[in-house]
Amino acid sequence: MSRAGLHDARPEELAPLQTEAEAASYLGGDTSLRAWLTTTDHKRIGVLYLIAITCFFAIAAVAAALIRIELLTPQGDLLTAEGYNRAFTIHGIIMVWFFLIPSIPNVFGNFLIPLMIGARDLAFPRLNLASWYIFVFGGLFTLAAVIFGGVDTGWTFYTPLSSTYANGNVVLALAAVFIAGWSSILTGINFIVTIHKLRAPGMTWGRLPLFVWMHYATALILVLATPVLTVTLLLVAAERIFGLGIFNPALGGDPLLFQHLFWFYSHPAVYIMVLPAMGVVSELVPAAAHKKLFGYWFVACSGLAIALVGFLVWGHHMFVSGQSAFASTIFSFLSLIVAVPSAIKVYNWTATLYKGSIALDAPFLFAMGFIGLFVMGGLTGLMLALLAIDVHVHDTYFVVAHFHYIMVGGAVTAFLGAAHFWWPKMFGRMYNEAWGRTSAVLIFIGFNVTFFPQFLLGYMGMPRRYHVYPPEFQTLHVISTAGAGLLGLGYLLPLIYFLYSFRHGRPASANPWAATGLEWTVPSPPPEHNFEEPPVVIRAPYDYPLSHDSSLR
Amino acid sequence: MTIVRHEPFPDIARQREADRLGMAVFLASEAMLFGAVVMGLLALRSFEPASFAATSQRLNLVAGSVNTAVLLTSSLLVAIGAEARACDRQRLARWALGCAALLGLVFLAIKGSEYVQEYGEGLMPGAGPKQDFATPGARMFMDGYFVATALHALHVTIGVAMLAGCAWRLRGDDAPSTVAVENIGLYWHLVDIVWVFLFPVLYLSR
Repeated sequence: MSRAGLHDARPEELAPLQTEAEAASYLGGDTSLRAWLTTTDHKRIGVLYLIAITCFFAIAAVAAALIRIELLTPQGDLLTAEGYNRAFTIHGIIMVWFFLIPSIPNVFGNFLIPLMIGARDLAFPRLNLASWYIFVFGGLFTLAAVIFGGVDTGWTFYTPLSSTYANGNVVLALAAVFIAGWSSILTGINFIVTIHKLRAPGMTWGRLPLFVWMHYATALILVLATPVLTVTLLLVAAERIFGLGIFNPALGGDPLLFQHLFWFYSHPAVYIMVLPAMGVVSELVPAAAHKKLFGYWFVACSGLAIALVGFLVWGHHMFVSGQSAFASTIFSFLSLIVAVPSAIKVYNWTATLYKGSIALDAPFLFAMGFIGLFVMGGLTGLMLALLAIDVHVHDTYFVVAHFHYIMVGGAVTAFLGAAHFWWPKMFGRMYNEAWGRTSAVLIFIGFNVTFFPQFLLGYMGMPRRYHVYPPEFQTLHVISTAGAGLLGLGYLLPLIYFLYSFRHGRPASANPWAATGLEWTVPSPPPEHNFEEPPVVIRAPYDYPLSHDSSLR
Repeated sequence: MTIVRHEPFPDIARQREADRLGMAVFLASEAMLFGAVVMGLLALRSFEPASFAATSQRLNLVAGSVNTAVLLTSSLLVAIGAEARACDRQRLARWALGCAALLGLVFLAIKGSEYVQEYGEGLMPGAGPKQDFATPGARMFMDGYFVATALHALHVTIGVAMLAGCAWRLRGDDAPSTVAVENIGLYWHLVDIVWVFLFPVLYLSR
């Protein structure tokens, strides 16, 4: 089949409600709610996560909309100062812990890791289901915190604000994040053991798809960093409930200790969000360019390097907190070092595209969007790692713009890229390609219009977390809010055409993108047990072009 | 005694390795949990060495030392129990694990009596008939002491429940597999090792 015309998703005739392939797949069989809620199939659990995190994304997006509308004018007319604090706190807590951290690993990692390594399931299927329930349970605590009036500490829960002064539902919010942390740890354990012990014959470490490598690095962070957050939140809760004074200077405690412990987790947490995104892009780029990925081992090892060095840079959040100049210098240096493996990856993706026959499909447009926005976020991260610039822009919109470029421009764009690339595999239907491309372009433009002005705002001195501001900042804030409207539309579109594809999408072939990887050798959607017979891997990864072997078609 | 092979595994040997590895990774995670607390205590010790040493002297060293011996002995019993299970000597395994669980209870009882004593002496922050802290650093030390030992005691309680359950199930036909016994043993050893760190940091820094 030629590649041209492959993606014209406009169906000539109405596709059947449930195709034979779907009936024979994991989507068929017992489709009762009870069967879905008690499933131990990694594919169904991935879909459960997809539903849950989409709901959380919607809630947090509403909070973001409130923030942006409030900032249209210099006065506080929509929200009070208190209401504004609660809006950005809920936005942060839900987006970080209930969308970004579980997004790619728990949806696509769950769904794809066993398929990619030739396994029938994750190593501990019941633990996998348990981690979904724990996640949802934690989510209910967050919703309770919102319903009972919200929290106003910011997602960082800095002490002594969170421990002594804040009067919102801080303990509920702490409990929510605490519980979600256990879900992360269990997922991390499951991924590590699965990747070690369930690879198919011939699936050596050197043949693992980079998506799996990046999830391995992510799982290491999940397992080793999350418990530090767990104990930190426990200490804050103990301070509020039992009156301990670990972080309370009036009782001999040290509020800075909280920042050390919190960032020891929360900086690696950024890599929990972005490493899986890098794994996604490492799949999308070779598939679009139809070329072997350039520098396989460099990409794999740089992921591990990011996971390792990421543990050693937390102090760059505390340059103005009074830590010693010597410590700041070391942390600044290490923060510059951690950019090197990230840059290696960008070079490798770019080198892969060189002289490739590139198909400009929606997933690839998202991948390109990721690379552009990630580079922008990474370079401004280098600026922030420099002591002098950080002192100037600390706690301003410059920082807000920087981490949104990484976490939204990077991780969310890659999440959507993954959704477009693997949607046909997951649900056996093609979405409308033209709308997919529209959405990718709209998100890229909308994102930049929203967040680029915030770099300027921050550099000019607009502090973060203020709902009133001097009138001279208004123009840039209005541009940013207008961009947020575009961005919101860009996020809404996929929701519509993905849902539309369930009923009207053209049935997808097993390998619609002519990509390598074991997941494309099974029917779309995959059967309940993934592989009829245990696969034996004899090919190197990203062994493009596919033309010499029809078995992957 | 046959072990049931679960779905994703091609053979039982691989499943056993996976169970062991899963436990090891979980323990790494637990080590980071306590690592944060121990690092916090060490930081306090380097900032406030005088208060740290003075308050450490007020802890009950005898009780702490006896508890260390109790916990180390229980770990030995667990190791014996796991070996016995591997050799199919169910009775020995049952007794060893049961006694280890009892020693765990002894540990908790002694720990509880220490808490009562500290409550009476005004060493429990924010609770008790009086508060008797010479310096803010002293109170901070006791904060850290209660957080660290309570978190540890929670782990001991979970461990006791697992050991007791394991010993109970070793009676009948539905005996836990060797790898299950070994995994529970590994968890107990971690609880033990955490105490081996907490004991010198808290009790011996005088």
